[in-house]
Amino acid sequence: MSSTTDTAHHGHDDHHHGPAYGITRWLFTTNHKDLGVLYMSFGLLMFFIGGAMAMVIRAELFQPGLNVVDPYFFNQMTTMHALVMIFGAVMPALTGLANWLIPVQIGAPDMALPRINNWAFWLLPAGFVLLLATLFMPGGGPAGGWTMYPPLVLQLGDAFPFLIFAVHILGISSIMGSINIVATVLNMRAPGMTLMKMPLFVWTWLITAFLMIAVMPVLAGAVTMLLTDQYFGTSFFDAAGGGDPVMFQHIFWFFGHPEVYILILPAFGIVSAILPTFSRKPLFGYSSMVYATAAIAFLSFIVWAHHMFTVGLPLAGQLFFMFATMLVAVPTGVKIFNWMATMWRGSMTFETPMLFSIAFVVLFTVGGLSGVMLALAPVDLQYHDTYFVVAHFHYVLVSGTVFAIMAAVYYWLPKWTGHMYDEKLGKIHFWVSAISVNVLFFPQHFLGLAGMPRRIPDYALQFAEFNMISSIGGFVFGFSQLLFLYIIIKCVRGGEKATDQVWDGAQGLEWTLPSPAPYHTFDTPPVVR
Amino acid sequence: MTSKMLVRALTAVGLLGLLPIAAAAPGESEWRKPWGLNLPEGVTSLSQQAYDLHMLVFYIVCAIGAFVFIGIFYSIWKFRHSQGAKPANFHHNTTVEVVWTVVPFLILLGIAVPATQTMIKMEDTSGYDMTVKVTGYQWMWEYEYMDEDISFFSRLDRDSQRARQRDPEISPQEVEHYLLDVDNPLVVPIDKKIRFLLTANDVIHSWWVPELGWKKDTIPGFINEAWARIEEPGVYRGQCAELCGRDHGFMPIVVIALEQDEYDDWVAEQNGDVAAAGDDPADVDVDADAGADEVADEQLEDMSQDELMSLGGQVYDSQCLACHRAEGEGMGSFPALAGNDEVTGDVSQVKDVIINGVSGTAMQAFGGRLDDREIAGLVTYIRNAWGNDAGDLVQPSEIRDAR
Amino acid sequence: MSDETTSKRHTGIVTRLVLVTVGMFGFGFALVPLYDVICDITGLNGVVDLQAADYDAGAEVDPDRKVTVEFVATVNDNRPWEFSPEVRRMEVTPGELYTVTFKTTNEQSEDTVSQIVPSVAPGRAGRHFRKTECFCFTEQPFEAGENRDMSVTFFIDPRLDDRTQTVTLSYTLFDLGAGDEPDIDPEDAQLHAGSQ
Repeated sequence: MSSTTDTAHHGHDDHHHGPAYGITRWLFTTNHKDLGVLYMSFGLLMFFIGGAMAMVIRAELFQPGLNVVDPYFFNQMTTMHALVMIFGAVMPALTGLANWLIPVQIGAPDMALPRINNWAFWLLPAGFVLLLATLFMPGGGPAGGWTMYPPLVLQLGDAFPFLIFAVHILGISSIMGSINIVATVLNMRAPGMTLMKMPLFVWTWLITAFLMIAVMPVLAGAVTMLLTDQYFGTSFFDAAGGGDPVMFQHIFWFFGHPEVYILILPAFGIVSAILPTFSRKPLFGYSSMVYATAAIAFLSFIVWAHHMFTVGLPLAGQLFFMFATMLVAVPTGVKIFNWMATMWRGSMTFETPMLFSIAFVVLFTVGGLSGVMLALAPVDLQYHDTYFVVAHFHYVLVSGTVFAIMAAVYYWLPKWTGHMYDEKLGKIHFWVSAISVNVLFFPQHFLGLAGMPRRIPDYALQFAEFNMISSIGGFVFGFSQLLFLYIIIKCVRGGEKATDQVWDGAQGLEWTLPSPAPYHTFDTPPVVR
Repeated sequence: MTSKMLVRALTAVGLLGLLPIAAAAPGESEWRKPWGLNLPEGVTSLSQQAYDLHMLVFYIVCAIGAFVFIGIFYSIWKFRHSQGAKPANFHHNTTVEVVWTVVPFLILLGIAVPATQTMIKMEDTSGYDMTVKVTGYQWMWEYEYMDEDISFFSRLDRDSQRARQRDPEISPQEVEHYLLDVDNPLVVPIDKKIRFLLTANDVIHSWWVPELGWKKDTIPGFINEAWARIEEPGVYRGQCAELCGRDHGFMPIVVIALEQDEYDDWVAEQNGDVAAAGDDPADVDVDADAGADEVADEQLEDMSQDELMSLGGQVYDSQCLACHRAEGEGMGSFPALAGNDEVTGDVSQVKDVIINGVSGTAMQAFGGRLDDREIAGLVTYIRNAWGNDAGDLVQPSEIRDAR
Repeated sequence: MSDETTSKRHTGIVTRLVLVTVGMFGFGFALVPLYDVICDITGLNGVVDLQAADYDAGAEVDPDRKVTVEFVATVNDNRPWEFSPEVRRMEVTPGELYTVTFKTTNEQSEDTVSQIVPSVAPGRAGRHFRKTECFCFTEQPFEAGENRDMSVTFFIDPRLDDRTQTVTLSYTLFDLGAGDEPDIDPEDAQLHAGSQ
């Protein structure tokens, strides 16, 4: 463990040196703040690449007929949009927040394994070069959906091994990042910072990291089996050789469902930090929040087959997975009610982070409630693989997780840069995003219920109206994110000087630091209460 | 000729108002319409139960949503810093927390009971009256009536096929049931418990007609069961619901439910036909909407070069393009067709490859799914497109002889 | 807290987490046999034994009980084969042995090998559908144009639940291509890849 010895030596340094200059600073950095910035910048870049793919999708679906792209390219877009957004945008953005915030929230000088941290980050661009390069290969990129179901995925041409290796690389990166986070949280808390005093963002990330360590290897196993089925004559998923394609779906969703919660749990943590600040009132039900997070994480392991109600599961299986899935609503409900109670009888102001957080609670609730509907196996046989599902998970992931990430960026940006962002532009960004995201995704509920399957490049005339509305919402939402980029750049370059406290009601160790936070912080651990 | 008989049967059906020929079209479902918002109540007890359950849960989640949203927006309105609201300092209340853990749990329990009952009913395929085997293909369906000697392929209709191309001859708006119409619909009787056996030929598909109340995956090598008892005559449309490759969006399903005596007539004509023609019933190839005139003279007449090339191009785009690519350049293990000497060389070999496939490769046999005209067009097309210059035309009658 | 102990604690936790990672990677693969076990118990997806069942002639048989067995045949990937059961359905008494034949013709002009894969619906009946002899146990070589009647001998386990009155036995024929040696070790055959 060279990295651990490194930390040990690091501890002897006097820590007054600043960052290196130029490209080497970013290539070789082991500083958690630098890596946090790298992760988040990478996430933002991928957010725009994945967003561009979404624009292609919505342009093709703007009206019936073949308008922009060939159906096969359309399938590549839906597949890559999902992979890029999940593994390229949301997960790195959340990991970036974790890198920047966890050490300063628990009073640690850095992450536990700084070199591993650097390595974990730089695997990401490598993985995505592999993945995105497939789009330019003969035969094109992956087009069988991000779920990679065989036998369809095996029809992929030259891109197939690239897809598999890219998934491996991204998985290794996530696992290394997660191990680092667990080690940091468990070993490096400041004296007095007991587990039950940790900010909820740290708690949710600790649980998320455990989830990742548990399920990313399972995904790696599943895609490895695909690889050997394709090239080395095994037949894990090939019926002709005694395999079963449905088994892939079981293994995939054993990873896939916890993955969904990996994407949402840190968002819960973010919102649990922001709502109390702007309500000027402590978070309601801290410990029940922690237990609810743990309960959701546990349940995520026993609900996977609700993605597979149509494959022909035995009755007992369908019932079990239906009941288990419905149970998820209980801890999730507890969280939503706790956020409501946090705002209740508070003294609220509505700066941009608060606006995004309130929108998160409202719109995540919409996604959660459609999730309760989807849990019901007999009706899911209607909902499954329709736009109703698309609407559901975009409510949870876009107006849920992505809104939470944006809230986090606005909330901590002054601490990172030392400047206040442009509040007026921030509010414009919020209102345009919040309205357009609903124009984009709400009609998709109707499309799904009215019978439109997902992942189709063209549709019957009866779906034309809502698709056009949805596309218009999509274009507005997509292009309004350029404003987000502009606001960030503007804030980095200058602006009103931020105070150390930044927000009136903000609680936590990071607000005891100067703004911008120095390159090295908490060399001497703070004492918590 | 099989197709003629089917047309006659379907025209008879159409006269009864069950096909969308008449403007009133009472047989066409009311549910499929622009601005459609909700699931169908459907025409089976299962779809009705699914609908009822859906509405029940919908109202419950609306009530919960209303509670949450009213709470949040009341707070926003009432507890504003700018209005001088003073923050309270509570952060815990055991009673409240227990209540909002237990109450949702009880609500869920209440929903679970009817959901379980419906689920059990759905799984019960016993006491069925007839069986239809559904096989998913890239990208069409095959229906086999296990109790009759009837089986046929069901593909996207020709108008939709034409309208879905780039720079189409006709626009999608001109096609009445764009992407929701097929050449050979599945015809079934009403008030009979129909058991569906579902499997697939290549990749996983999913057979979904919303008005029957369910979808079920079709999985290669495996067999799935489902059932429906359709209560009203009519035309019910659906689509493949599991991503199955390039033309996943272009393999619709049409189910025509008839009164028993009309269904019996249809079966009799099918059987009479099949026996008389002694031919593969898969050759049935009728555009239900195109009407009888076009099909009546569909003998194996020679076609002009333009006709062959245009039909061949369509067939190529729908059947071959995914692997051999738009310009016949191939990809990976799929050979290029452009500039390929085997393609422009011995024509009988080309016919054989298309009709019978190539053993041990991904090249499937298309003899069963394409008719003589289509294969003739296809052979002509690949031998003369993208700079290939065999220069000859291959006529439908030659294909018939090659089979 | 000294750096020395911090470093040790890191090592400990990282080691454990790496072990978990490796373990979960293995668990992904362990799901394969686990899945088979679960399928066996629940009849998930109509998975059927590829091993010959032992038939116990002395078992108790209720001669009045009848179960309908239906036979379905599918050729995968549009290969040019004729493959169909000689009878579409038969009434059987659970516990008694029956034999049915499937007419199989390789309509290609080349020798090839087929693997025929069984599946049973409803899934819960899968483990009660017992085959003592079946062409599906091994790969079947076929000469060009060869026509062969292949038979399966089976009995329905009397433990089949009463509400199942119909059992469907579906066979899917996969053409493995000509590349295989005709004499295949049956042990090996079950692991053989059918990738094309």
